[in-house]
Amino acid sequence: MKIILNNTPEEFDQAIMTVNELLKAKTFTFKMLVIKINGSLVKKDEYATATIKDNDEVMVLHLVSGG
Amino acid sequence: MLPQNSCPGEKQSFVNLYWTFQDQKYHAMTSAEIKDRLKTKTIGIAGCGGLGSNCAVALARVGIGTLLLADFDVVSESNLNRQYFFLSQVGEAKAPALKRVIHQINPSVSVIAYEVKLDPEHIIRYFRDCDVIVEAFDQADQKEMLIETVLSAFPEKPLVVGVGLAGWGMNQDIHYRKTGNLHICGDETTEISESNPPLAPRVGVVANMQANVVLEILLRP
Repeated sequence: MKIILNNTPEEFDQAIMTVNELLKAKTFTFKMLVIKINGSLVKKDEYATATIKDNDEVMVLHLVSGG
Repeated sequence: MLPQNSCPGEKQSFVNLYWTFQDQKYHAMTSAEIKDRLKTKTIGIAGCGGLGSNCAVALARVGIGTLLLADFDVVSESNLNRQYFFLSQVGEAKAPALKRVIHQINPSVSVIAYEVKLDPEHIIRYFRDCDVIVEAFDQADQKEMLIETVLSAFPEKPLVVGVGLAGWGMNQDIHYRKTGNLHICGDETTEISESNPPLAPRVGVVANMQANVVLEILLRP
């Protein structure tokens, strides 16, 4: 599938991925994240079940301490 | 491409000119028009530390109508290397102390200071009527909590977050990006630590960028 991840086009072999699978594929290891798929917030407890498919727009924001 | 002026007889100073040049939008407003617009707006600032205090002061200077400030913490001397407080305020609770700072600068700003550690219930209750919310927390888990709360409860409300502001230099890494109503300022990478402390210049850049984003949102035609 082809998606837009953080405004950048990306391609994956799978036709569908869960959020957890995407994070693993991209080695996003940070724990504090905010994730939106097509503009909708995906809560932490949904990461194992929420799916991403072809043409989806995904935002992954890493939160780091400081402020 | 200049748009048609709908009131051709009006004086230039009373007309908002809005034209595009490639991807940039230039929007001319007089000081008086800016003041009149900002006077009607309310901004919620979650956290009165490095980001929150500097952002609040910048907005107060330009004449924002109302600021809602929230922080549970107390001013300490080690904060002064980046937070907009004074030596005489060490020991005072941050939210009311910041209110006093603001009123020394611009007494016409209405300020409500909440001495509270924000949780989802408080965020929803205090910030429900804000035009824009500024995220200015320190801890990543608190940032996550606030962002998730606001995106769920107030998906239409602009939220301006500050992420990644540690250290010094590295100016080219500080950026702004937007996704829906979520506006992100910072380098999104540097975490504060013993060897990478937060310092006034870089913190100030991100905090003022947040204030500048607020203005961009509020002064839209």
